[in-house]
Amino acid sequence: MNKTVKNPRQPAMGKPMKKVKKGTFTRFLKLLFSFYKAPFILVIVCICLSAIATASPSIFQEYVVNTAVDALDELTLSDEEKATMSEAEIAEFEAKKQERIDAVMDDHFRRIGIAVSILAGIYVIGLASAFIQTRTMAVVTQGSLHKLRMLMFKKMQRLPIKYFDTNARGDIMSHYTNDIDSLRQLISQSLPQLITTSIILLTVTSLMLYMSFWMTLVVILGVIAMTIVSKRIGGSGAKYFRKQQISLGVTEGYIEEMINGQKVVKVFNHEDKSKEKFDTLNSELCENATMANIRANTLMPIMNNIGHILYVFLIFAGSMLYIFGAKNVSLAGTEAFQIGTIVAFLGLSKQFTNNVSQLSNQANAIIMGLAGAERVFELMDEESEVDNGYVTLVNAYEDENGELHETSKRTGIWAWRHPHGDGTITYTRVRGDVRMKEVDFGYVEDKIVLHDISLYAEPGQKIAFVGATGAGKTTITNLINRFYDIADGKIRYDGININKIKKDDLRRSLGIVLQEVNLFTGTVLDNIRYGKLDATDEECIEAAKRANAHSFISMLPDGYNTVISGNGSDLSQGQRQLISIARAAVADPPVMILDEATSSIDTRTESLVSAGLDSLMQGRTVFVIAHRLSTIKNSNVIMVLDKGRIIERGSHDELLAIKGKYYQLYTGSFDFDD
Amino acid sequence: MKVFKKLASYVGSYKKSAILSPILVMLEVIMECAIPAIAGTLINELSTTEGKIDLARVAIYCSVLICCALLSLMFGALAGIQCSKASCGFAKNLRTALYNKSQDFSFENIDKFSTSSLVTRLTTDVTNVQQSFMMIIRTAIRAPFMFIFSIIMAFTVGGQMAFIFVIIVPILLFTLIMVAKKAMPIFKKVFKKYDTLNNSIQENVQGMRVVKSFVREEHEIERFGDASDDVKNDFTRAEKILAFNSPIMQFCMYSIMLSVLFLGSYVLIQTTGNAFDVGNFSMLLTYGIQMLMSLMMISMIFVMITMSIESARRICEVLDEESTIKNPENPVFEVENGDIDFNGVNFKYAKRAEKYALDGIELHIKSGQTVGIIGGTGSSKSSLIQLIPRLYDVTEGSVCVGGRDVREYDIEVLRDSVSVVLQKNVLFSGTIKENLRWGDENATDEELIHACKLACADEFISTFPDGYDTYIEQGGTNVSGGQRQRLCIARALLKKPKILILDDSTSAVDTRTDALIRKAMREEIPNTTKIIIAQRISSVQDADLIVILDDGKISDMGTHDALLEKSKIYREIFTSQTKGAKMA
Repeated sequence: MNKTVKNPRQPAMGKPMKKVKKGTFTRFLKLLFSFYKAPFILVIVCICLSAIATASPSIFQEYVVNTAVDALDELTLSDEEKATMSEAEIAEFEAKKQERIDAVMDDHFRRIGIAVSILAGIYVIGLASAFIQTRTMAVVTQGSLHKLRMLMFKKMQRLPIKYFDTNARGDIMSHYTNDIDSLRQLISQSLPQLITTSIILLTVTSLMLYMSFWMTLVVILGVIAMTIVSKRIGGSGAKYFRKQQISLGVTEGYIEEMINGQKVVKVFNHEDKSKEKFDTLNSELCENATMANIRANTLMPIMNNIGHILYVFLIFAGSMLYIFGAKNVSLAGTEAFQIGTIVAFLGLSKQFTNNVSQLSNQANAIIMGLAGAERVFELMDEESEVDNGYVTLVNAYEDENGELHETSKRTGIWAWRHPHGDGTITYTRVRGDVRMKEVDFGYVEDKIVLHDISLYAEPGQKIAFVGATGAGKTTITNLINRFYDIADGKIRYDGININKIKKDDLRRSLGIVLQEVNLFTGTVLDNIRYGKLDATDEECIEAAKRANAHSFISMLPDGYNTVISGNGSDLSQGQRQLISIARAAVADPPVMILDEATSSIDTRTESLVSAGLDSLMQGRTVFVIAHRLSTIKNSNVIMVLDKGRIIERGSHDELLAIKGKYYQLYTGSFDFDD
Repeated sequence: MKVFKKLASYVGSYKKSAILSPILVMLEVIMECAIPAIAGTLINELSTTEGKIDLARVAIYCSVLICCALLSLMFGALAGIQCSKASCGFAKNLRTALYNKSQDFSFENIDKFSTSSLVTRLTTDVTNVQQSFMMIIRTAIRAPFMFIFSIIMAFTVGGQMAFIFVIIVPILLFTLIMVAKKAMPIFKKVFKKYDTLNNSIQENVQGMRVVKSFVREEHEIERFGDASDDVKNDFTRAEKILAFNSPIMQFCMYSIMLSVLFLGSYVLIQTTGNAFDVGNFSMLLTYGIQMLMSLMMISMIFVMITMSIESARRICEVLDEESTIKNPENPVFEVENGDIDFNGVNFKYAKRAEKYALDGIELHIKSGQTVGIIGGTGSSKSSLIQLIPRLYDVTEGSVCVGGRDVREYDIEVLRDSVSVVLQKNVLFSGTIKENLRWGDENATDEELIHACKLACADEFISTFPDGYDTYIEQGGTNVSGGQRQRLCIARALLKKPKILILDDSTSAVDTRTDALIRKAMREEIPNTTKIIIAQRISSVQDADLIVILDDGKISDMGTHDALLEKSKIYREIFTSQTKGAKMA
């Protein structure tokens, strides 16, 4: 079945982070926005408000400090002033101190009070926005992830089987695990951070320009230095991070393989060998992880301290300007430098550098998140299964004239509802007549695996396929239920070209039991009911009895209510096959496909099951693929396949009589399995 | 706490780094706290000298500050390096310990943990613990240290004003604890649900043929939608609670800002600058913010540790597990011959199990004999043969090989002499040659080819373009079932064992090849005892002895002809397989 599975040695975890395609970011934003329009706008508004609230205090701080310094001036005498005053004047000044203080309290402190109140007001708005933002973000993040998961899952259900045959399971799974995880980080942290940071940087820059051009220049130089450093460290960090991911993927792959084959390892005394190899992989992983982590862990202290150094430069530059009485040029005009300006500026520069280093810290998460988004889009852009069928399956009843009429009730009679171009509708009874005419097929275009297959299965007949692995037995059944579409030739079902039948309805009319059993988490009963969702408990139990599964199911701890998990790992292979037969039995389709359905059931049990199977096959068209010839001997027609061609056909006795391949196979003098 | 102690012992050779990094972090913190103090003093000086700043003094201050920043950078970077080394090394040691432990596990231990859970413990759980470990050595010291340091500094510069913090800090602390307490249980629950969700995706990916065959796409989407919605709701609930953290943090920060500005200027004016300087504004604010940040860190560490505690516990569970099968004290290193004796063997898989898997087995096989074992699904055929190479130990009675109890042998020697082809046989990723050399790593190419000829594997290997160098994918998915079985038989033959056990190893091989393999074994390795478990009578009918197992008991044994005579079960199987046609 897995004809062209991609090499799974490159695990999903280790996917090297290639350059993210252009447009992924905007596409992702558009998608997110389409999920939650109003909340998104609300969040953005809140982020803006709270960012402004975070950035604004410095301006008030400047004002308060300057006012306080002014006030101090009023209250105290500088040495210069003292030099020009007489003793008496100084004494008088001191004596009136309390008066002055009162005056200052009335004037300066009142102004400070007003400033602080305004700030408090801004803070209240900021807090409210922050609160609304985080709460809304929780909803938006999880909601978006949920919607993304649903989009992917719905899409996945629409993909053709080919997709599952050609993509490693682990890769498909990692869309839901790794990719969604990286998107969680992107949505909940990186995106808001990105917005917050940009707004704060914008606000802070304008505030800085408002205060002083010269000092702003110093800050900008510092930021350039920070950008260079973070690019350097971040860049080599990304390299090692990729190496670490690859190492991790390889090591985890090895762990999985060895632990799964653990029993074989023990039987062959291979423990020391396997430990040795693991040691090498593990050491390599450790080395790469250390290198990657060193980059990540040193980035912050380095950025922070560049910030500190910038701070010192600012103080120095500020004091120089102050000492030399330089004119301060700013958006507010030109005036003398004030201490308050320097103090406030220091605060601003701190905010500025903090935000730049925060952003550099998020850079990796953003790249990872976008890579995840791209992979999600890849899945969503896969081509869905095309279905142009218009013939549908309906319940029908027969009137006294033997004509079919459609009904919504379950009647046990099924009919094909066939609308024609002229608006008329004809009904054809579903009988299970399947014909293939000169069918060619290849999984890949230039490699034909089935040549010129023709066969007719009349209603109620049992058709068997025999042949080596890869002879094309399963492929034929894949064509009947249109998991794959034929390249050339025709397949007709009750005289209707199967391309005209709606895929869902076609498949509903076919029951299938596969060699590889897949059970779903749920009770045994749920699993049987999978064949027909509205089946009653009694119907399910009846089906289980027919498949001979009833006796072992009743011995399970909770009988039919025993919960199956992990694809039924607690059950034996044979028991799982029995359940899957029961599942097909309850569906009660006119045509059945049994693909090595009894291969894992021991012959003694099989003889019991085959009684059930026989009753199941009664009155149905059945296609059987089996390794054990005893299973198929009583077929109406046996097709012997070799390299995609039917080389012999006929009943068991006929085939034995012509003494061909089948005869050799049956007598054990011919080996097919190569 | 025992868990931590246990895990801490795996820091091993990385102890130096693990100790060094908190020390370096502490030095970094001192510098980080010193910088605002010096800067604040400088600003004070600037603001009080009014126009006549002593440039020399400013220069001195600035150079001291630059030195501090450089030192802080150095300590910070070194701490980053050391803690990376320590945490990655710790993770490496943990993985090695876990892996080695798992390699020493007996079958019983493996059954107990199940392979998928062992894999998770070795991967996800180790990563979780590694993250917390890094957090601990990096921030668990830093945060409280920073907190205390900031408080001291705040009181030094701010005097009474620092009492603002005494009010604010408990508010923050209380909220953080409440939030963590409320959110944690939801998180724990939702992570389990998340696993279930992923599990259902996996089932769908695996079983897509079934889903499509039964046209159950809508049904699956609905089911998945419910599960995903459930996860979403729980996650949202937990995150909404967590969403309190950041506004509360901001609230505290804002309160401090406002109080410092307002009270600060009040005190400044009232005391005419004697008790509070202008530069103290910024210092006090800086320390306030540092204090709050460290509290935030502490709460994050708290959350991380609680989250990883489960992982730590799961890791310890593996590390604490003792292999149930151990080498004896004075092992025997020589297996004399291929005699096998089951003396009154009772066996059950778990002590708690009520029913014995094997009940009163008395079976004696002479060296060189071929023995067939037949029985229905669940009749304990595999259990029986797994006792011979001591994959499991008997519950009662004894199993002897070469006349000695298997528990007396060195395990490696025993398993080299008893070669089993398991029912669930596995090939590993690598070339065919590499896979075969599992049997004998020093085997020459000729020996490999010879073994493959015996197992009828050479005929198909030689048709591969790369022959014996063909790369086998993980799990052997690129060879057919029958081919895989034959490769596994060849691999087992290469061990040149005294006893060879085939546990349903030719089920996917056609009857003719099956017969050829048996013939080759009869002729090429006549002295090796051969045990064949099979479903096909034809695979065992020419054996010296056929044992029929039924429900863990020997129902009958004898040769083919004798059994046809006396065993009803045997006759039933025989007729069911030959019904309608004579075997040629």
